[in-house]
Amino acid sequence: MAALVLLPVVACLGIAALAALSGHPLALRYAGILSAAVVLGGGLGLVAVVLGGTDPTAAGGLLRVDALSAFMLTVVGFVGLTATWGGLSAKMTGATGRVYPTLVCLFLGAMSLAVLADNLGVLWVAVEATTITTAFLVGHHGSRRALEAAWKYVVLGSVGVAIAFLGIVLLYAATLASGTPTLSWVVLDQANLPMDPSLVRVAAGLAVLGFATKAGLAPMHSWLPDAHSQAPAPVSGLMSGVLLSVAFYAILRVQAVVDPVIGPELMRGLLVTAGLLSLAVSAALIVRQRDLKRMLAYSSIEHMGLLALAAAVGGPLALTAALLHVLGHGLAKSSTFVVSGRILATEGTTTIAGIRSLFARRPGVAIPFVVGMAALLGFPPFSLFFSEVAIVVAGFQGGLGAVMVVAVVLILVLFAGLARHTATMLFAPARADDVLASAPPAGTDAPSSQPDRASHGPRLPLVIALGATAVVAFASGPLSTLLAQAAALLGGTR
Amino acid sequence: MSPVLFAELVAFCAGLLLLTGVLIVWRRDLRAIVRLLAVQGVALSVLVAVIGIDARVPELVAVALLVLALKGFVLPVVLVRVAGPAGPGRVETPTINTTASLILLALLTTLAYLVSQPLKAAGAGPAVAAVPIGIALVLFGFLVLASRRHAISQLVGFLMLDNGIAAVAFLIAGGLPLVVELGASLDILLVVLVLQVLTGRIRAEFGDLDLDDLSELRD
Repeated sequence: MAALVLLPVVACLGIAALAALSGHPLALRYAGILSAAVVLGGGLGLVAVVLGGTDPTAAGGLLRVDALSAFMLTVVGFVGLTATWGGLSAKMTGATGRVYPTLVCLFLGAMSLAVLADNLGVLWVAVEATTITTAFLVGHHGSRRALEAAWKYVVLGSVGVAIAFLGIVLLYAATLASGTPTLSWVVLDQANLPMDPSLVRVAAGLAVLGFATKAGLAPMHSWLPDAHSQAPAPVSGLMSGVLLSVAFYAILRVQAVVDPVIGPELMRGLLVTAGLLSLAVSAALIVRQRDLKRMLAYSSIEHMGLLALAAAVGGPLALTAALLHVLGHGLAKSSTFVVSGRILATEGTTTIAGIRSLFARRPGVAIPFVVGMAALLGFPPFSLFFSEVAIVVAGFQGGLGAVMVVAVVLILVLFAGLARHTATMLFAPARADDVLASAPPAGTDAPSSQPDRASHGPRLPLVIALGATAVVAFASGPLSTLLAQAAALLGGTR
Repeated sequence: MSPVLFAELVAFCAGLLLLTGVLIVWRRDLRAIVRLLAVQGVALSVLVAVIGIDARVPELVAVALLVLALKGFVLPVVLVRVAGPAGPGRVETPTINTTASLILLALLTTLAYLVSQPLKAAGAGPAVAAVPIGIALVLFGFLVLASRRHAISQLVGFLMLDNGIAAVAFLIAGGLPLVVELGASLDILLVVLVLQVLTGRIRAEFGDLDLDDLSELRD
């Protein structure tokens, strides 16, 4: 069992080393996909093991897999596979060299380590490592804007997680009184561990503040739209679907540790504030947004805000819905980011004003885009519809009715803004001056009379990801057992 | 180690940390603040060694050597290389003038003592009593990050913030588990190296390291 726990991390490091050292074109092209596939396979295998009733450990107890870790590892693998496989054609246009695939593999390895670690400190090290690996991915294009985004991302991200580190230090100090200081989840989750409430209170606030920076929750979100809009499309998908989710996972773990000690009020207050603020910020900036990728980035802030509200509500229903939402959002958002990369490749722009009547001209790109946007907007049968409804219902049941009313109003504003931009890009007829200005972009062969049915990249990963988003809410059996177990670990039974 | 000597040494190191922190905010010469950061790193490593010897934990003495190598030597050298061979005396103009920033330092130090009240629960003794100094360094780091617009100053601010967190960790808990300590040190080193590469690219693209130039991305 230990081998299966170590497999995702070791395999990602190995594939990264292989890609970096060999430099073989095939290795460079498929390294990211292979890493993500191994992580997904490991995740599914560990899900089976966990459902079998054992929690495997490895590396002297530093790594430990429970239902939540196994689920998150599966999400990392699945979203990673969607982003790397779907982004295949987009990144082979130029001589990208060895750096890009190596860093993608290292990123996936660090994210796997983060969710497998049974230790708050190791989790922190892994999350900080993702800042390092993604810095050059964000700045990959080397333009002024990409450099600016990368600099802001590294400075804000590092400072943010440094604050979380201070929180971890104080949590560790709070366990000194018990005689065996520890950062292990399993020990920290024990209800009878003597911890000083005043220290834990400060520690919880700092840890949440720090990880919320990485999760893109307002008001610490300012790096997110810049980084997501400047990074290559698959990297944007990875950051949005994996990195934000794993940072949110860290918040959930911290919450499970501190709530029994100091009561749920502090965390609830922090998460409600961050959640509503995130929804408000994204609503204000999406309505007047002019860039497709920034629009998708603000949509990520919206969904993270919703997740924060779900965590604030707590309880089995809200936490199960939150985990389902993590999966659905990760898959839908990575798909739409991948499509945004194809739009950039074919249309030569990501400004919303520059993209017109995409549905008639390029149905091969427009159809996955419209399906992905429908999923993100929360249309049934996509799982985001069910998880959003469940979160709102749980909020009303849990006594956060007023908060949920505000949240629903903001979500409706966001819905209107996103739907309007999407409809504009897909159906609005091109203005006369636009046609002259943006006539055939370099390297494409699309005369305006003949619709371009090519998908400009692998079709299958998007079909799988969006198909999974559509059916996963109806999947019963293993998935619901797994989610219920994971929610129970987070104190969902209280 | 006698309790009196231990208390004096901890107080001396903590005082040196605070003094270098103040001087970093005060000075404008970029090379001078990098040198001060190196002194701060040495003071931190001595503090770790003192705590390790007092608690008879040989592991901590090894960590002290690591801190000395990383924060006293490697990181300052990297920063000096970022500063480039532009000659000594590169000076920047902060957005807050010196008098105002020194008053702010006094306020931040007071604030550090106030917010450290709950941390007293971690125990009594000279080490826990010095925890507010670590918090003060964290706040000084924020001040530098917020008021300086030069890339090197920002790096120094980040590293001072990190020194403050490390000081708190050693003072309040005698350091974290070794694997976390090593991982965190490696992360800090890599972050600074990443930022070094980025500053090189920014200089090539913008011709300067003044971050006010980084203002194209906005809504």
